[in-house]
Amino acid sequence: MSEKPLITLTGVTKSFGAFKALDDVSLAVDAGQKLVICGPSGSGKSTLIRCINRLEKHEAGVITIGGIVIDDSAAGRQALRNNVGMVFQQFNLFPHLTILQNLTLGPMRARKLPAAEARDLAIHYLERVRIPEQLDKYPAQLSGGQQQRVAIARALCMTPQIMLFDEPTSALDPEMIAEVLDVIEELADTGMTMICVTHEMGFARQVADMMLFMDQGRIVETAPPRTFFTTPQSARCKAFLGQILRHEVRL
Amino acid sequence: MSGAWVCRLAGVAGLLMLGGCSSNWGWYVVNPATPTGWRNLLFLVDGLYFTIGLSVTAILISIVLGLLIALPGLAARRVPRAINRTYVELVRAVPILVLILWVYYGLPQIAAISISVFWAGVIALAISDSAFQAEIFRAGIQSVDRGQYEAAHSISLNYRDTMRYVILPQAIKRILPALGNQLVYMLKMSSLVSVIGMQELTRRANELVVTEYRPLEIYTVLVLEYLVLILMVSAGVRWLERRFAVSER
Repeated sequence: MSEKPLITLTGVTKSFGAFKALDDVSLAVDAGQKLVICGPSGSGKSTLIRCINRLEKHEAGVITIGGIVIDDSAAGRQALRNNVGMVFQQFNLFPHLTILQNLTLGPMRARKLPAAEARDLAIHYLERVRIPEQLDKYPAQLSGGQQQRVAIARALCMTPQIMLFDEPTSALDPEMIAEVLDVIEELADTGMTMICVTHEMGFARQVADMMLFMDQGRIVETAPPRTFFTTPQSARCKAFLGQILRHEVRL
Repeated sequence: MSGAWVCRLAGVAGLLMLGGCSSNWGWYVVNPATPTGWRNLLFLVDGLYFTIGLSVTAILISIVLGLLIALPGLAARRVPRAINRTYVELVRAVPILVLILWVYYGLPQIAAISISVFWAGVIALAISDSAFQAEIFRAGIQSVDRGQYEAAHSISLNYRDTMRYVILPQAIKRILPALGNQLVYMLKMSSLVSVIGMQELTRRANELVVTEYRPLEIYTVLVLEYLVLILMVSAGVRWLERRFAVSER
């Protein structure tokens, strides 16, 4: 990537009361890059991507997307609207709307797309996440894995350049994790820029071209997966990986 | 017919039989078999038109007003929240009867307008009820999961669309029972508008008592009128709740 980074964070800080969730975080993500963030709970992983999407407002520092500063200005909101999709741990589908309505709401209301076009878009992305023929069901009628794939399709319907995943498989039953990770992997192959918070290290190895380890609101270690998993530099990261990988190795 | 309805009707029938057995009753005054009794009965029942018209108009206005008052109460900033609190506290502190008198006799003097009895009643009931509606809406909206706002934000919906398509439809299902209670409450409180001369159920009963001197029978009919009306409304609200529950699944 010879161009400027697509996303930059410079000295970003965010506190909840006395607790510093993000402490002077700086980061650059190129277009097409796949970043996987891991770290212990409370380390600021989720807060980091929630700040990029402005679900949390950072107190200090600058976040830019495509060179535009993300803040409450019209330009900042516009840059978010056009570029960033998000998938949540708890899916957050709209329970009172059908699958089709969940997918077409954004395109029709925020993008002013005609109903027929929005419907075509929804069907296209539902096929991509391998959920056809469920258009008129309600979210509660689907399994957790299906719901999360619908949530991914809902985000894709806004045709974002960047997808943020906040522990997308943490609320799923074990046997449903694979079907969701497969869909995300396929998405990665299309060249989508992705930032994913996850503890699925097998998946991270497969998909990530950059690993990021966070602890106590700071980025402790950044490395490509090969070096990250084989020769972690910091003691904290070594201990964390030791804990999390121990079971994987035994299997 | 469900068991609950059999119980209710049996209760009403028992009450009437009890009345028929006593020598103190003189049902002739509202006996539909005699021309006078029929005319009296029609006169009483005609009040339904105003009772329902008044209550339904007032509740529709109070729902809109309540929602408009509830929304600033949910804001993050302090000023809109203070406006919400002040309105709710002030309005809740004024008795409905007092508000009715004030709107009918007081408001025309300040505003130099003339208000009909009907609209004075509607305005007073709607304002009084709007404070309660606002609290109901606020609780209902707050009960919707935060993740729903975040999901709406993530697909770029603005505040209005988020409320209209995501939050309010979910909130309304939850507050429907409370809204039903408010409608019942409103139907009952509309009887207070009789004091300014509104020809609704209670006023008509009062007027008939003055000419016929049979308060026992006439007020019994009045009780039954409210009873039937409100049981029907309650059944309607439950039917709505069931319908919403089915679509939620």
